[in-house]
Amino acid sequence: MAVLRTEHLSRRLAGDVPTTLVDDIDLEVREGEFLAITGPSGSGKSSLLYLLGLLDRPTTGRIWLNGTETSSYGDEQLADIRLAHLGFVFQAHFLLPEFEARENVMLPMQRLGKLTPSEIVARAQKLLDDLGLGEQARKFPHQMSGGQSQRVAIARALANDPQIVLADEPTGNLDTRSSAVVQRILRDLAHKQGRAVVAVTHDAGFAALADRRLTVVDGRLNG
Amino acid sequence: MNPLLISIALKHLLARKRQSVVSLLGVVLGVAFFLAISTMMLGSQADFIRRLVDNTPHIGISDEYRNPHLQPVETAFEPGAVEVRSVKPETETRGIRGFAAILDYLHKIPNLKASPVLTGQAVVSFAGKDVGIALNGVLPAELATVSTIQSYMTQGSIDDLIANPDGIVVGSELARVLSLHVGENITVAAATGQIHTFKILGVFHTGRASYDQSQTFVALKRVQSLLERSNRINSIIVKLADPYSARDIAARIEAHIGYKAVSWQEASEDIMSTLMIRNIIMYSVVSAVLVVAAFGIYNIISTVVMEKLRDIAILKSMGFHAGDIELIFVTQGAILGLVGCLVGIPLGIAMMLILESFKFRIPGSSDPISLPLDWSWYQFAIAAAFALCSATLAALLPARKAAHVQPVDIIRGAA
Repeated sequence: MAVLRTEHLSRRLAGDVPTTLVDDIDLEVREGEFLAITGPSGSGKSSLLYLLGLLDRPTTGRIWLNGTETSSYGDEQLADIRLAHLGFVFQAHFLLPEFEARENVMLPMQRLGKLTPSEIVARAQKLLDDLGLGEQARKFPHQMSGGQSQRVAIARALANDPQIVLADEPTGNLDTRSSAVVQRILRDLAHKQGRAVVAVTHDAGFAALADRRLTVVDGRLNG
Repeated sequence: MNPLLISIALKHLLARKRQSVVSLLGVVLGVAFFLAISTMMLGSQADFIRRLVDNTPHIGISDEYRNPHLQPVETAFEPGAVEVRSVKPETETRGIRGFAAILDYLHKIPNLKASPVLTGQAVVSFAGKDVGIALNGVLPAELATVSTIQSYMTQGSIDDLIANPDGIVVGSELARVLSLHVGENITVAAATGQIHTFKILGVFHTGRASYDQSQTFVALKRVQSLLERSNRINSIIVKLADPYSARDIAARIEAHIGYKAVSWQEASEDIMSTLMIRNIIMYSVVSAVLVVAAFGIYNIISTVVMEKLRDIAILKSMGFHAGDIELIFVTQGAILGLVGCLVGIPLGIAMMLILESFKFRIPGSSDPISLPLDWSWYQFAIAAAFALCSATLAALLPARKAAHVQPVDIIRGAA
């Protein structure tokens, strides 16, 4: 079943020199599928990911999430969808530096407000335990390695149990060993937990782990 | 308010302790100075008005008319073109005629006390020295109901004039200048040429040197005789239970008796407008301190917003609304304003206590005085409200900017 679908998706930037970031892309992402998007730098793969994650609005084309078309939604409705159904992992971990690892993971749950404070703490701790970071829960981002911080960012992306995880170069800043750990975690999110995972990557080895691989060139799907 | 947003706002401020403390200090000093200056200015104003109300008649009725009397022909042909020239009014003894009837009328007005006074200039001669004085002829029993002079008596009593109509009560400065003592006799010469010897029955001390030297009190009948103005007085002192109704009651009295009745507000109109202008200047100056503090807050919140663009972007990508982001930064301003009030108010109170403890002499006063302060709650409320509002408003602009951050622009740039 397709949890995410696009039709004629395009994103253009106006200006003195109009630029096309994404050009007429039709795409489907299924439940439990690990999809890798590759392509040269500046090809538009990150822009496509931001559109899929409802962080950016398409110039033309439409996006369906769980069968619901989203183009008519306002900014706040899109934010609510992101909070409840989508999880993001970026190349930089983007953890809030004043918050401990566990507090960073708690943030999306606190904003959603569905769990009690004690449930939120317990779930954040479990997510960190599952990612091998139980001992790091009370540490601040500057007290952890890049790989550990990226795993905390993954735990934060999973906080509200999203159906779809979108990762933009998640291993781009990591060493080989940390990179392997993150790749395994993302693959398991799809294959063991049944989430749809869309990862943008330059790393051919990482892309090879995916169920499906799409290449973006000049904003268009290539193959 | 969402505790999550408050906790994020607090963490942002605590992460920049030094800048936060500097901004906070601006608000703290602003609130403290606002309190100290405004309470001092309003306290002195309240003290001034209290003294004015206590020590001057609430209504002074004098032997004058606000407008000249119309000639009968002008009254009879009011709409006509009447012109009367070379009018020579009949010469008559100055003073309020039929004052007994006027007093009867005044005593019928509820919560009103009135006392007749005949004042004239005279010269006291004693031990080869001559000093000019104002001779106030009073009815001692009635004067006590309208004047605070009895409370300033250091020796004797105004009531002693009832038993001894040839007695006089003098001020402490006159007694000092002429080396007078209770029980001694002094000679008083009126402008009419009449001379009378009075026995000093009492001494008062108000602390106002000019008053204590120039004013004396004598029985009304004796002054009427000295000034050759039998059955006349030249003023009536009126005191009211509610001094602030003086303006209306004065108008009623004047309309009824014809003589000029001036309320203390009318008599002090110039001073009251000066006080109002002074208040406007004072509030402008003390508010400026808080406005400067608000700029400090604007500066720190703007800096935090610039430094936190990535955090703002990630919070928005996570699902935080623009309103949440705006609230986080507005809360930071409100926290600085609130803490500034909580610290600034006690500091302001400490400054007020120090100011109140100062004692000094001012020209014209023979006693040391302390600064009168206005401790009313609304001074604190105004200071707190102004600090909170200015701090919150100062944060609003950068908060709006933060709310409009496009996460994609920041994430793309940071990647």
